[in-house]
Parts: sequence; structure tokens; C-alpha cells
Amino acid sequence: MYRYDTLDREILADRSAEFREQVGRRLAGDLTEDQFKPLRLMNGLYLQLHAYMLRVAIPYGSLNSTQLRKLAWLSKTYDKGYGHFTTRQNLQLHWIKLADTPDILDHLASVDMHAIQTSGNCIRNVTADPYAGATAEEIDDPRIWAEAMRQWSTLHPEFSFLPRKFKIAITAAPKDRTAAKVHDIGLAVKRARDGAMGFEVMVGGGMGRTPYVGSTIREFLPANRLFSYLEAILRVYNRHGRRDNIYKARIKILVAALGAEEFARQVEAEWDKVGTDADLPDLEIARIRGAFAGGAFETLPPRSEAFEAAKASQLAFARFVRNNVKPHKKPGYAIVEISLKGIGETPGDATAEQMDVVADLAERFGQDDIRVTHEQNLVLPHIRLDDLPAVHAALAAVGLGTPNIGLVSDIIACPGLDYCALANARAISVAQHIAERFADADRAENVGELKVKISGCINACGHHHVGHIGILGVDKKGEEYYQLTLGGSGAEDAAVGQALGPALPYERVAEAVDTLVEVYLRERKDGERFLDTFRRTGVAPFKEAVYADVH
Amino acid sequence: MPTYIKRADGKLAVAEDAFTAVADDQDIAPGDVIVSLTRFEAEGDRLLAEGRQVGVRVESSEDVEALAYDLPRIAVVALAFPKFRDGRAYTSAALLRERYGYKGEVRAVGDVLREQAGFMVRTGFDAFEPADGATVEDLERAIHRYRHVYQRSADRRAPAFAEREV
Repeated sequence: MYRYDTLDREILADRSAEFREQVGRRLAGDLTEDQFKPLRLMNGLYLQLHAYMLRVAIPYGSLNSTQLRKLAWLSKTYDKGYGHFTTRQNLQLHWIKLADTPDILDHLASVDMHAIQTSGNCIRNVTADPYAGATAEEIDDPRIWAEAMRQWSTLHPEFSFLPRKFKIAITAAPKDRTAAKVHDIGLAVKRARDGAMGFEVMVGGGMGRTPYVGSTIREFLPANRLFSYLEAILRVYNRHGRRDNIYKARIKILVAALGAEEFARQVEAEWDKVGTDADLPDLEIARIRGAFAGGAFETLPPRSEAFEAAKASQLAFARFVRNNVKPHKKPGYAIVEISLKGIGETPGDATAEQMDVVADLAERFGQDDIRVTHEQNLVLPHIRLDDLPAVHAALAAVGLGTPNIGLVSDIIACPGLDYCALANARAISVAQHIAERFADADRAENVGELKVKISGCINACGHHHVGHIGILGVDKKGEEYYQLTLGGSGAEDAAVGQALGPALPYERVAEAVDTLVEVYLRERKDGERFLDTFRRTGVAPFKEAVYADVH
Repeated sequence: MPTYIKRADGKLAVAEDAFTAVADDQDIAPGDVIVSLTRFEAEGDRLLAEGRQVGVRVESSEDVEALAYDLPRIAVVALAFPKFRDGRAYTSAALLRERYGYKGEVRAVGDVLREQAGFMVRTGFDAFEPADGATVEDLERAIHRYRHVYQRSADRRAPAFAEREV
């Protein structure tokens, strides 16, 4: 893992001092809330329905045990004893007092953490594959490039007041676990025929009111030209992105208005002029690469007797392994996903106690490495098969053994009307009702991969557009209604879902999802996921079943 | 009249502004003037021929490229911030300094707040008309807030990766 050096630490300390001064001016009444707002938003501090919310950055979703313990401690000390992991791999504390925020930032800085650029119209936290450094699928470790982008984007003098927020994702594996195609920029590490490393560059994906799948504007960008090319994209966007309407200000609108080809032409023209001056020297990339090298892997046999014995004797463990444990690049190791989607719980929430347990497991069994996924779960990327039974038992003891990764109850939901001032409708309780309907683990496993994503309003924080089943909360004369979409995906087969039919009232949503699943089970052919079946049959059979009683 | 703060040899000071900002609907004042890009394109040659110094105000929606050939004879480029959130002028400043090697004054006008001063100096601004009553001390503190920076920019400050090589 990357370790902050003195320079990185001094930048954080300076940031913290600056914010303490700004909060002081606000508390003393020298700044009005209007004047203070842009300053707090530069530090991830939002004013929500009930309290201040602090969004802590977890760069590329990577944490060590010290950091996770600190987050647990902060949530106990300054919040209600839990935190909310987000779809951008960050952590939100929803019940913060303004006067405490400078101390919180200092505590974060003490473990090399911060809240820089977790809000505002700037380059946000870079999303990366949570299996980085652990999966055999990857061409390169995307964290190297994500860390380099973290540094480059931090307090960028030219790109801190963009037309709108700007999100970058990087994946180096063919299976995309970052939703790269629905980011402002998606980077996919590629190798050229001659073996040279580079990136496919996709631009203009996004969700919100006008969802788009990103367009590839460059099939292959040599790796050492990444930063000049990013500068060219950001410069074209900074100059020409719309600033007259907040809902049309994302880069996707510019790319759509110009057409991807014309946008690409403008970027290339700017890139020619930028030249190599803006690229990061190879030496710095090598320094960062060194920080991610290796990992203390033992040479292990691919088969673990302890693991096989536990799998054969314990049904719960076997189920956990089938759903939450993924293959590792090293023999004798596994990637363990920890579901934060316990049935009846709030998706993405973890208590301080749970965070402490995960931190302990990472320290004891997992090379001190923890990841956050954009699907709001946690990952222990390097667990020995021999240790899996102990890890599972410890997780299950604190309610973290839910064996539902990728299944229907592994739902993404935004905070919705329970927390958010923008929401039209509740999202969390809808997720809970759906999860409860599929609490029967055998049935959920039989259904297989099914991504349900719920947003409480059109801003789409719950990624409903790219849900296999997407659910959008709308307000109909003061009543909560929900529009369902089918066939979306945020992965390598990205697509925007299509509407099922008229919006449904709150009480009917979970039942409708149940009906959709029954149609799928009836229609599916060998090995088809819900998404595959839907793409083959189209919306008709699903629509007919859900609205049957309305006719 | 807004306070005019000039940065020279790395130090800020309140200075006498030799230039009069002239709106498009005003008559040209005597002495050194700052006019809009449109007016400069129409009247610039004449104004310069009169032996005075001329500055050009560039709105955030206007491209500094339009001035490319005139830059050697322009004393000031005033880049406007209609709102502090409008960050286009940072790119304009960076282009003036880095792409065109402009050596004259790049002045921040409009919604210029102390918190932006660090970014402004980094992208090449060297004169400020603060809209929030910021003093020289306020701006100095903002400019020197960070002991290190991560990016190369127009100010030629050594970025962290260059500091690490030493």
C-alpha cells in the first residue's frame, strides 16, 4: 500500500489548519452560511436534513486497519456509532457537529486521511477496482495510477472550479467492478500488440437526470501520457462545459452536444499543444509502483484441507464461500467480500464495532489491507484459505456474514428521504423490504446475480439507471411512488435501463420485484442471469406480469 | 474603486492602479485604460497609437487566444470572475503564461475571494482586485497556505514529485 511521506502529510496538515480557521470564522459570525458553504463543501461537509454530514475520502477505496479503526473511533466519538460507506468508496458520517469538524479532520490527518474534494465542482475521489493487487485478471495494479491521479487532482489550481463535479474510475480487469462506463472519465488499462501498457479512455458517462454510457475517445493512450491527456480533457471541459444550468453542466452533456468524435478532436488538438510537459515523470510512477509492489505472500498449496473440511461440514460457511469468496491470483489465497447488506439493515452502514472487527481481521489475517467497493461492501483482498473459516466466524459473530454478494438483496440504495434534503422518497426502507422478501438464502442463490439499485430522487445517487432492476423514487402529489427500470448495467456490459411502466406506490415495490424475479425464473435459459434473460425477451413478459392486476 | 493589490518579486502590496477600467458604454478616459476585448479589437490600434498603455478585460466566456498576436503590446490582461465558481479564468491565465509566454500583468477582477488566491497565483495571476475586502495579509496567508503542491503549473513551483527527487 501507498504510505504517505512527509510531503503528503504536510499538505494534509495545512489543509486541516485552513479549515480550522474557516470554521472559526463561521462560528465567530465573521462568515455567513452562504459565504461558508463553498468553503465547507471544499472539505466534504454538507448540511443535510438533520445535521452536518462529513464525507471522508477513501482514495480508490483502500484502507489499512489503523485507518478503519480511526473511522470506527470517529463514528463513536462524534457520531452515533456507525458510518455509511458510499457508492464512491467513501465513508459518510451523518450526525456531525460543525464545531467538531476541525478536530475530526486533524484525527483523520493523523492516519493519512482527509475529506479533500469529496464535494464541490472539482475532481473527486478516483474509483478503482477493489480487487486490485489480488485478482489474476488484472493487467496492471490500477491503484498505482489511482494514487498518481489522487496527487495530481488534489488542490489542482486550474481544475478546482469546474462546471460541475468530476469523477474518474480506473479498472485493469476485463470484469469491471468500478462502473467505469458511467463515470466522467473511465480508464481501462490495456496492452497494445507490442506489449506496451496504456489506457482506453472513455468520456461522458454518467447518471443523474440524463444517463449516458461513456464514449471511447481513445482506444489506446500510452501509459506515460496519461496526465497530459487528462489535462487536455479537463481543459476542454473547463472552458466549454455549460455553466448556465447545473443539470446540464456535467461533461456528458458537452460530449453529447458536440458528439464524441468532435469532442475527441478538440481534446487531441489541445493535447498536441499541452505536450509532454504535463506528464508525470517515469521516476515518480516507479516510486508509486514500488509502494504497491509485492505483498507478503507465502508459497501455499492451492488446496487447503482446513478450508475444504469447513466447507463440507458447515452449510453457512459453504454458502458464504459460494457467494462472497472470489479467486485470488496466488495459490492458497482468496478474496473475501464482506456484505454490508444484512437483511433488514441499511445498505452500506457499518457500526463502529463491525469496523473494528474488520480492521482486526485485516491486521491478523489479511496483510492489513481493506477495500471498499462501489457497491457499498467491504473486501479483505488477501486471506489465506486456511484462515477463511476463522474469518467467516468472526464476521458472522458481528452480523457481517451475510452471504449475498451480487444477489438480489445486495442492493445499492442512496440515503433517500431518511437523510437527504433532495430526496422525493425513501430508498433504504424499500431496499429493506426487498431484502426481506428474499431472506430465504436458497431462493436468493437460485435467482443468482441480480443487481437492484434504488435512488430516492432523479439525481440517481443510488445508480438506478444501471440496475438490472432500477428503482427511482418520485413524488406524486405528496405520495412516494417508484419508477422501475430493467436491463441497466454499470459493468463492462454497461447500459441504461428501460422503463417498465407507470410508477408504483411504495407498498407495491417489493412485491413487483418479486414478480419480476418470478418471470425471470420462468423464462430463463441455461446459465442466464436476470440481465441476460431480460435482454433476450425484452420488457414485455415482465411488464405484463407486474401490471396484470391493473388491466 | 476596488483595492488593487499587486504581486512583485513574490510579495504582495497595495498599489496605485495606473489603469482606468472603461466600460463599453463609457468614453475613453485619459491615461492608461483597460477596455473590453470587443472594444480592443475595434479601437486598440488607435488607443495604442496615442502612446498610452492599454489593458484588455477578457470575460470568462471569451477565449484568450483572440489576443495571441496582440499580447506583446498589451500591458494588462484582466480576467473576469463573474462568480467565484466560474473557473474558466484559471485556464485563461495558465494559457497566457504557459502557452503564450505572456509577461505582462494578469489581473483577477470580479468575484475575487481570498480563498482563491492560492489557485490564482499558481495559474499565473499577479494582480488582484478582491471583492471580499481581503487585505494583503489575508491573501498572503492564502497563497502560502500549502508548503507543497502536487502539480506543475504556471508559477513554476517545484511539485512534490520534483521535491522528492532531490
